Amino acid sequence: MRRPGIGMIILLSISIALMSTTALARSEAFKNNIYNPGHLKPVDSTLKVKVGEPAPDFTLLAIAGNQITLSQFRGKKNVVLSFVPAAWTPVCSDQWPGYNIVKDLFDTHDAVLLGITVDNIPTLFAWTNQMGELWFPVLSDFWPHGAVADTYGVLRSDGISERAIFIIDKGGIIRYINVGDINIRPPLEGLVGALEKLRR
Amino acid sequence: MSYTSKTIRMATLAMAYSLAFLATLSFATGPPQKGDVLPNISIPVTPRDADKDYLGLKGGEFFKIPQIKATVVIIEIFSMYCPYCQREAPEVSRLYTLIENNPALKGKIKLIGLGAGNTKFEVEVFRKNYTVPFPLFPDEDFAFHKGFGEVRTPYFIGVRINADGTHQVFYSKLGGFGGAEQFLQSVVQLSGLNKGGAQ
Repeated sequence: MRRPGIGMIILLSISIALMSTTALARSEAFKNNIYNPGHLKPVDSTLKVKVGEPAPDFTLLAIAGNQITLSQFRGKKNVVLSFVPAAWTPVCSDQWPGYNIVKDLFDTHDAVLLGITVDNIPTLFAWTNQMGELWFPVLSDFWPHGAVADTYGVLRSDGISERAIFIIDKGGIIRYINVGDINIRPPLEGLVGALEKLRR
Repeated sequence: MSYTSKTIRMATLAMAYSLAFLATLSFATGPPQKGDVLPNISIPVTPRDADKDYLGLKGGEFFKIPQIKATVVIIEIFSMYCPYCQREAPEVSRLYTLIENNPALKGKIKLIGLGAGNTKFEVEVFRKNYTVPFPLFPDEDFAFHKGFGEVRTPYFIGVRINADGTHQVFYSKLGGFGGAEQFLQSVVQLSGLNKGGAQ
């Protein structure tokens, strides 16, 4: 059997490329201050942890000035870690504001949310101020640069983190990992569904 | 059918598909402006009876905005993830209430929201959080958003629907609308509703 013609392959490639164009819906809240890095390699790291394993402990500085340690929630709360790649970029800027209006969903599942990026505190301060008042702490994994992201295996080769979600139960065990395409915001229902499974 | 014929047929189909996709998106370089027509988008009908009644839709799985039973339609392109949209949501709902409580405007001006990049679940979260009383539609794959020129959110578009089925955009603006009363006054004036001619 002969192979498909080159013209056919080109046409199909164009069709697929058109379908997969990254689309962004930037909020006017950020005005013209969002830097568009373009389409990035979807995933550029290798996980170093697995579901069912104890979550590596860490301590990071929050924007509020306090230090937060993962193990302080042991036996008290489920913990959702939301790594986003970088401040002032399109998809990241539209992710946490969504979580900010669903505190009740986290409360229902006895969970706290910790937002983490590898940006420094002043950058995170200025950026998150555009989102309104966040109910959850935002932590800086800036120095040693991306150390926590690296421990979990979500530090990319260019020094930013993946767009990743980890859910850690009250026993300190990782129950859910989502390392998605960095160019796409993960649907909220994926996170909510994973939280619901904690009860089972 | 020979392999060559099959290849040509498949290539033609692929090309037609690509062109259809391009036409759907319109690859708008910007949002529709005053005097323009809307991008040719088909929106899945919401299963909510209240929404169907409000929009005056008569069956079918999809509808186009000019098919809405109204003289003026205000389209808000929003996102559940947009802080500005969140802050303004109560005021937009108040706009709906102002219209519905005004016998001269009720039925003539309708509101819809298109959730750019939002899934059905996310749109429902937004509706529930802000008790949004008008129909909201998910736009998970950004198809509508692309058709409207990939605007930032929130973005408001006003369209006048004429008795003969034609329509024209009369309002197209990024960002907040500066208060429900002021915005409604602008809509009434710019659409020509204050000069009569309602459908």
